[in-house]
Amino acid sequence: MSPRYDRVAILFHWLMAVMITASFAVGLYMVSLTMSPTRIKLYNWHKWAGVTILTLAALRLLWRLRHAPPPLPPTMPQWQTSAANAAHLLLYMLFFAVPLTGWAYSSAAGFPIVWFGWIPLPDFVPKDRELAEFLKPFHWMAAYALASLVALHILAVIKHLVMEDDNLMSRMLPNMTGDGK
Amino acid sequence: MNLVQLSIRKVVSLAGVMMLCTLPQLVSAQQRVVPAQSEIAFVSKQFGVPVGGKFKKFDAEVTFDPKKVEAAKVNFNVDLLSADIGNSETETELKKPGWFNSLKTPQANFTSTAVKAVGGGKFEFSGKLSIKGISQTVVVPMTLTQSAGVTRAVGSFTLKRLDFKIGDGEWNDVSLVANEVVVNIKLALTGIAPL
Repeated sequence: MSPRYDRVAILFHWLMAVMITASFAVGLYMVSLTMSPTRIKLYNWHKWAGVTILTLAALRLLWRLRHAPPPLPPTMPQWQTSAANAAHLLLYMLFFAVPLTGWAYSSAAGFPIVWFGWIPLPDFVPKDRELAEFLKPFHWMAAYALASLVALHILAVIKHLVMEDDNLMSRMLPNMTGDGK
Repeated sequence: MNLVQLSIRKVVSLAGVMMLCTLPQLVSAQQRVVPAQSEIAFVSKQFGVPVGGKFKKFDAEVTFDPKKVEAAKVNFNVDLLSADIGNSETETELKKPGWFNSLKTPQANFTSTAVKAVGGGKFEFSGKLSIKGISQTVVVPMTLTQSAGVTRAVGSFTLKRLDFKIGDGEWNDVSLVANEVVVNIKLALTGIAPL
């Protein structure tokens, strides 16, 4: 069996997997709604989730810098290792880019973020109608890029499950046998 | 001689006409608001998030002498259609009947009923605030300062939006959109006698 990710890394992975999927789904749905109290609630939940993802991304990056991920199987071709590393690097960049562009857009549109309706976050861009229109496409482009990479990530998992049979996915699954790391 | 008499008469009558023209203005409002240096802003909370904007169009008739406040009169009109929130979606929503209904009732009006001097350049303007055809009594405290012939008046008051049926129906949940709306007023006025 190949070496595993540590427990903290696994926790970060699955927490973010759930939150990113949910935020993306809520984001797609909320923009289709006309103005209503429900829409305002969804927008705020989406923003709270986004800031939570941003925080998790920062913590996860710090953790990863101090805890190297397990090496990929030596049998894997070089191009696949490079592709995997590039995809993971891009994923990490988008973990930051998607929430940050959303935060900037929200501030520019005149809706500062109050995290969980409790912690007011600073605006790092001014309230400006034209800036908001300029920033908006960057948020959804980054979000679609992230969704595409997640899809690619899942396809790679399926490929390794079906075609390689190298049990690569078990590295990121919670350890059910209870033998620690 | 005739010619001279005639021209004197002309001058006198011309002066009379000019006086008549300026007289009504002198009587109704000697003081003027300078719109470019004035601001009517508002802010409310949406899910705990401060959301606000300002009205770009407003005008006022002001008769105000700091030493004779019992004779003071303020008639203030705000064009609700000129609300600038910085976000066209919200502005479109605000015009709807549930909110300002501003296509039907575009004007908000404040008419003073009593003005009280409380000292130190502070004054309390009591009056009727009318929005969407609903009138409520409000007291607006203002602080006045003067320099170079311009009087700056700064003040704010809080209104409850549901008192005026602003955000009626599906929007009446005050845990989502707070009932309290803070109105911040900054005015520059000319022609006001020294404090």
